[in-house]
Amino acid sequence: MSTLNPSDAAPPHEHPPHLQHHFDTPAQQFESVVLGMWLFLATEILLFGGLFCAYAVYRANHPEIFEYAHVYLSKPLGAVNTVILLVSSFTMATAVWAAQHTRRRLLMVMLAMTIACGLGFLGIKYVEYEHKWKDGLLWGKHYQPAHPHPGFATHAAAEHGTAPPPAASQPTTAPAGETAWIVQPAESGPRGLLRPGAAPLELSTEPKVHNVQVFFAVYFAMTGLHGLHVIAGLVLIAWLLVRAQLGHFTAAYFTPVPMVGLYWHVVDLIWIYLFPLLYLIH
Amino acid sequence: MTAPESPTTAHREVGHHVPLWVLAATLAALLVLTFITVAVTRVAWLDFGPTINLWIALLIATVKATLVALYFMHLRYDKPFNGVILIGALLFVMLFCGLALMDSLAYRPDVQEYRDVDPARYAPALQQP
Repeated sequence: MSTLNPSDAAPPHEHPPHLQHHFDTPAQQFESVVLGMWLFLATEILLFGGLFCAYAVYRANHPEIFEYAHVYLSKPLGAVNTVILLVSSFTMATAVWAAQHTRRRLLMVMLAMTIACGLGFLGIKYVEYEHKWKDGLLWGKHYQPAHPHPGFATHAAAEHGTAPPPAASQPTTAPAGETAWIVQPAESGPRGLLRPGAAPLELSTEPKVHNVQVFFAVYFAMTGLHGLHVIAGLVLIAWLLVRAQLGHFTAAYFTPVPMVGLYWHVVDLIWIYLFPLLYLIH
Repeated sequence: MTAPESPTTAHREVGHHVPLWVLAATLAALLVLTFITVAVTRVAWLDFGPTINLWIALLIATVKATLVALYFMHLRYDKPFNGVILIGALLFVMLFCGLALMDSLAYRPDVQEYRDVDPARYAPALQQP
């Protein structure tokens, strides 16, 4: 501001309290903020782009690693996570609508629902990570699967011959792999992963897949970074919720809400791409 | 320094009011597309091989991403430059991946030759028992 002398200041004019003096109108100010936010989102896309590039190169050079290891991921959980994030994007967009129309209660409800969806997503991610930790399916040198090195033939059987396991035995997530959730063949009773009376698993004679830890390195790097972004987003939305409760957002000024909304949508966008690339390999 | 606020710009709408029904319809479309994404992996007659399956999955994901960007992120109602930023970022990522993959492809025959000569010599430490 170069107006040290009050008489040099702009003539007295009505303007909303939130309008900065270097902007002409609230609309222009809002558009500038949106532009700045999009530039930041472009950097986020480039950040994840680097990891997607690592995925692309590794998968192009070693498709067998990805085809083998992806069975350890639970498709139903991944699909549920996708739905959760899509719904959270919808509630976030509705929160923006509510802020634009000065619907304070609806805004707070929608923000709270977005946070709930985000927490649900993180909860499912925790369940998935815990399974991997227990089974030793980690990255790099920490990849020490709890069960012997399986082969492809048994993978095919497990993939197509499974039934929902009985509630009493294994968790109802999709079979993580023919070695991760083995149920002993039973003489009678409900079907587990092996049909009753089936011969014990034999290691197939197909060539073993080497360097499976690469898949899990890629998996944990991508979903881990994404999870960190989800946590950051939840913190931001909680901040919005506090401000909404204090009545800071009206139709005249609601800018932080759509800006955090843009960030949250990018987080959802990244998961939209992560899901088929990691979970739906076949 | 600041121009006087003209009557025509003073009351221009801040942001865009995307109707609720548009948001709901977008969510419905996204859920349908998610269902399709998962369903095509379970239907045997839609299996076109790993490469084409991957491109189909990416295509459906891109449609979903477009819907999110256009309607949830208001790109449809925004100044076009914001869309240019998004598409520009995506193009640069594709350029990045494309060049890296080109490089991998260029060296593939050399790596294969190295492996073929003596499999045991090829990174023996990485071969799991």
